Amino acid sequence: MKILIYAEHREGQLRKITYENISLARTLGQPFEVLVVGNEVQDIQEQLGRYGAEQVVFYKNAQLENYSADGYARIVAEAVKERQADVLLMGATSTGKDLGPRVASILNAAMATDCIHVEMEGDNLKLIRPMYAGKVQATIRLTSAVKVVTVRPNVYQASEAPVTAKVDTKEVSAPDFKTVVKEIVSGAKGKLDVTEANIIVSGGRGMKGPENWHLIEDLAQLLGAATGASRAAVDAGWRPHDEQVGQTGKTVSPSLYIAVGISGAIQHLAGMSSSKYIVAINKDPDAPIFKLADYGIVADLFDVVPRMIEELKAGN
Amino acid sequence: MNIAVCVKQVPDTETKVKLTEDKKAVDESEINFILNPYDEFAVEEALQLKEKYDGEVTVISLGPDRISSAIRSALAMGADKAIHLQVDENPQDPNVVANALAAELKNGGYDLILLGKQAIDDDHTQVPSILGEKLGLPSVTVVIKLNIDGDKVVAEREIDGAHEIVECTLPAIISTQRGLNEPRYASLKGIMRAKKIQIEQKPAQLSDDQLNIIGFEYPPQKNPGKIVGDSADAVPELLRLLHEEAKVI
Repeated sequence: MKILIYAEHREGQLRKITYENISLARTLGQPFEVLVVGNEVQDIQEQLGRYGAEQVVFYKNAQLENYSADGYARIVAEAVKERQADVLLMGATSTGKDLGPRVASILNAAMATDCIHVEMEGDNLKLIRPMYAGKVQATIRLTSAVKVVTVRPNVYQASEAPVTAKVDTKEVSAPDFKTVVKEIVSGAKGKLDVTEANIIVSGGRGMKGPENWHLIEDLAQLLGAATGASRAAVDAGWRPHDEQVGQTGKTVSPSLYIAVGISGAIQHLAGMSSSKYIVAINKDPDAPIFKLADYGIVADLFDVVPRMIEELKAGN
Repeated sequence: MNIAVCVKQVPDTETKVKLTEDKKAVDESEINFILNPYDEFAVEEALQLKEKYDGEVTVISLGPDRISSAIRSALAMGADKAIHLQVDENPQDPNVVANALAAELKNGGYDLILLGKQAIDDDHTQVPSILGEKLGLPSVTVVIKLNIDGDKVVAEREIDGAHEIVECTLPAIISTQRGLNEPRYASLKGIMRAKKIQIEQKPAQLSDDQLNIIGFEYPPQKNPGKIVGDSADAVPELLRLLHEEAKVI
C-alpha cells in the first residue's frame, strides 16, 4: 500500500502537519513519498529529510504560487495517479478540508476527514474519527481503490529521523483556475490558530467582559499558547468567532488546554475533551469542566490568573 | 439571482449523543433535531442577496421524513420553495450525499449554491468541495465575507490563523461560516407562510457507499483529576505539576 503525503505550505514555508504525517507514515510500515505542489517552497530537501522522507516529488509551476482549490486538486490527483499511490495523506487543516474532497472526487476515492487514529489492518487502514464534534468516535473503513485520509493536527507528534531526501522536481502545466487566492490576510499579530496550537488558554463567561482578556492574552503569550474562547464569550461579542472552541467552533487536541472561567457546556467539552492535559480554573466547584480536568483550582480566576502570570514571569 | 441553499437537519448542540446497544448506530429516540447552525448562515446570505438582486431561493435537503421540520425552518426564514430528496436513512458516505445533490442541482440553472461549511453531526466537511468537482464549478469554503458584483465573486475565507481573499465568477459554490451574517429569526408571518408551501418530494439518486462505519465508541473517559487547591496559593503547585508531572510546560 503506497502512501503519498501532501506537503502543506503557506507563503513558501512548509507546515508542521506535514512532519506529523511523515512521522505517522513511518509507523505504518508502508512505502511512502511526499508530494510538494507549488512554485517557491523553501528547504524542501532539508526539512522533509529531517523527518524521514526519502523520496519527495515536487510538482512545480509558476502559476501554482497561489493556491487554487480546483487547480491544485487537478495536480494532486494527477500526482496520485502518476506515483501510483493508494492513499493520499493530508492534514485535517483548512487546506486539507478544502482540497481533499475535490481530489477524492476526481479519483472517485472515498475520504475520511479529521482522523485521530490511523493503523494498518490487514491490507486496509483502520481509521477512527470523531463525530458530533467528539461526543462519539467512529471506526470507519474506506472501500474505494484510492483513499484520501486527513489527520487532525497535533495528534501524531512530529519526530525527527534524518535521512537524505531525494527530490524529483517536475515542471507541470497548470490548468485554468476557477478560483484564485488573491491575498492572505494574517490575523492579528500573525495569531496562532487554536487548531494548530500545542497549548491553548481559553476564556469563558467567567471573564466578565472583553476588557479582562489581557489576562488570557498575557498568560497565553508567556506559554507560547493560542487564545481560545467559549461560545458564551463569542456570542456576547467579546471575542472573534475564529477563537471559538466547541461544536459550532473548532475541535482541538492540544497538549495542554487551560480553561479559565469556563463552566463546561456539553458542546464545549466535545470540542476540547481530546486535549492531553486539561486545567480548569473556576470558582464554582460543581462546574462540569472539573469532571474532565486533570488539574483544577477552585478559586476566583481574577486571583489565580494574575498569580500564574506573576510566577511565570519570575521564571518559577 | 437564482439561488439554491443545501441544508441538513442535525441534532442540536445540547444533545448528549447516545449509542444503540450494539454501538453500530446513534440512538435517535431522544434527539431534538434542528436546522444545521452553519446552514442558517447560508439561508440568511441567500435571502440578503435576493433582497438586493431579486430572484428566487430554493432550499434542497436530503434525508428521511423527519427532515421536513428543518426544511420548514429555512422556508420560515424566507426561502421561496423547497425540494426534499428522500432517503430511508442518511448515507454514511458524504460522497453519496454530494452525488445526489449534484444530480438535483445540475438542472436547476442556479447562479449560486450556498451551504453551511459542515454539518455538526458527522462533521465530514466534504460536500461543498465535492459539489464543485461534480458540477464543474468554483467553490470557496468557510466563507466569512461575500461580495458579488455582476458575475464577479470576492470571498474572504477563514484558514488556520489567517484569512484568504479568493476570487471567482458565478455560477459558484460558497460554504458559509459563522461571522458571515446574523441569521434572522423567522417571523410569525414567515412561519405561517412556510406551512402553506408545498415541499417537492422526490427519491434521492443514491450511488454506492465507499465509506462504512464499522462501529462507534464513546471517547475514552478521563479519570477525575485532582483539585490542586482553592486559592491563588495553589498556583506554584499547579505550575510544578504541569512542568514535572505532565511535562507540558
